[in-house]
Amino acid sequence: MKEELFVSGRMNNMIDPTLHIWHWQIPLYLFLGGMAAGILCLAALYYIRGEGKAYYTAVRITPFLTPFLLVIGLLALFIDLRHKLFFWQLYTNIKLQSPMSWGAWTLMVITPVAFIWCALHIRDIFPEWNWKYKWLRELERFFNKYKLTLAWIMLIYGLILGIYTGILLSAFNARPLWNTSILGPLFLASGLSAGAAATLILSKNPDERKHFAKIDLVIIGIELFLIIHMFMGYLAGTQVQIEAANMFLGGPYTMSFWIFVVILGLLIPAFLEILELRKYHIPALIPPVLVIFGSLMLRFIIVYAGQVSRWLY
Amino acid sequence: MRYAMAVDTRKCVGCSDCVVACQTENNVPHGFCRDWVVEVMDGTYPQLEMEIRSERCNHCVNAPCVRCCPTGASHFAEGGIVLVKKTECIGCGACIASCPYDARYPHPDGYVDKCTFCEHRILKGMKPACVEVCPTKCMYFGDLDDPNSDVSVVLKKRKYKTLIPEAGTNPQLYFLI
Repeated sequence: MKEELFVSGRMNNMIDPTLHIWHWQIPLYLFLGGMAAGILCLAALYYIRGEGKAYYTAVRITPFLTPFLLVIGLLALFIDLRHKLFFWQLYTNIKLQSPMSWGAWTLMVITPVAFIWCALHIRDIFPEWNWKYKWLRELERFFNKYKLTLAWIMLIYGLILGIYTGILLSAFNARPLWNTSILGPLFLASGLSAGAAATLILSKNPDERKHFAKIDLVIIGIELFLIIHMFMGYLAGTQVQIEAANMFLGGPYTMSFWIFVVILGLLIPAFLEILELRKYHIPALIPPVLVIFGSLMLRFIIVYAGQVSRWLY
Repeated sequence: MRYAMAVDTRKCVGCSDCVVACQTENNVPHGFCRDWVVEVMDGTYPQLEMEIRSERCNHCVNAPCVRCCPTGASHFAEGGIVLVKKTECIGCGACIASCPYDARYPHPDGYVDKCTFCEHRILKGMKPACVEVCPTKCMYFGDLDDPNSDVSVVLKKRKYKTLIPEAGTNPQLYFLI
């Protein structure tokens, strides 16, 4: 039997025996950012289509989650930095080849936009709300005048935010599991379905709920297609990509991925939503909570497993 | 100018003197290393073959760490040396994740650290510390654009390989085989 024994004298903390440079902060941020992107995209989309009344919750209520999601996400990103006092260097440079750089700039645009969008709808939550200062009232009038433009910015930057979380990982050629361009669309789809699920949780209107359950179903279908497509791509790829796929097809991440992401996060909520659309009584919270849980697990498993996958030489 | 290094796997005995020299020269924090020794044994007993390699940053021409750095802290210095500017590095770890050789590590002070080809020494006309101390003289360093440099001469004479060339990084650390 031919054997190969590999002994390395290197034992750098967080690099060896397998890379573990990114801990919970990055996948948590990828999830929160993706979900915020999904919520903002859907809100902007229905506003632009002039359906703000029919989909009242999605356009005016659910976006109130996004400032919290984005701020917690940004905080997680900040905690992840090891040279924290130099974080401002992100905003003195524009590096077009670095997804992390344009992600940082996207966040710089979308976070204020999310806050402004909420401020414009604050009276839907607090009917008695009154801006204390005159300049704030004038600012509100100004943004109300250009609300459609704001919605377009929100839609475009929301899409960029949603897709960049995947591209961030897929740009790393050194980690074969991440190095697939499917990851961008997959994370975008997962973020959109988490966004639709948030509206499903908050909406009291049966027509709106029905519509978003249908949207969720379509996106779940797309996600399943993308996941199958991703594995087909790995298995038709190079040896390192075949090994990356095998981590999920019998390897250490098999159970967690297929149970938490595919079965609990996609198949069961899809099944329950189909039942619900066929007028069976299903506890309203279960499908959207499962979708959001699956979306979170997808980020964690891909980030953790990706760091284990590597080139062997 | 294009700095490169060649390591003779037939001369290297794996003594790790290069590792110690680097740690001393560059004050590498305890528990970390910028260069390391790898031993690969393969074959079927008793027909065994062993290759010993002193590895470090490959100072790639197409360096993924420089590409993915969001602040420009990772950059190419004179001669294609890949360096990190401490005061621009935010410690995000993107470059560490992007390196197929895992040649970088997070310095306990926060920034990312790696082999510099001992830039401070070569600017003074000296060789990198690891090359200087090697007791078997298995390492060659120099400018590839200069046909008379140590590394150009030895690469002309000997067969060599690079590590994971299929990763598309165009590494500049050559292993003589």
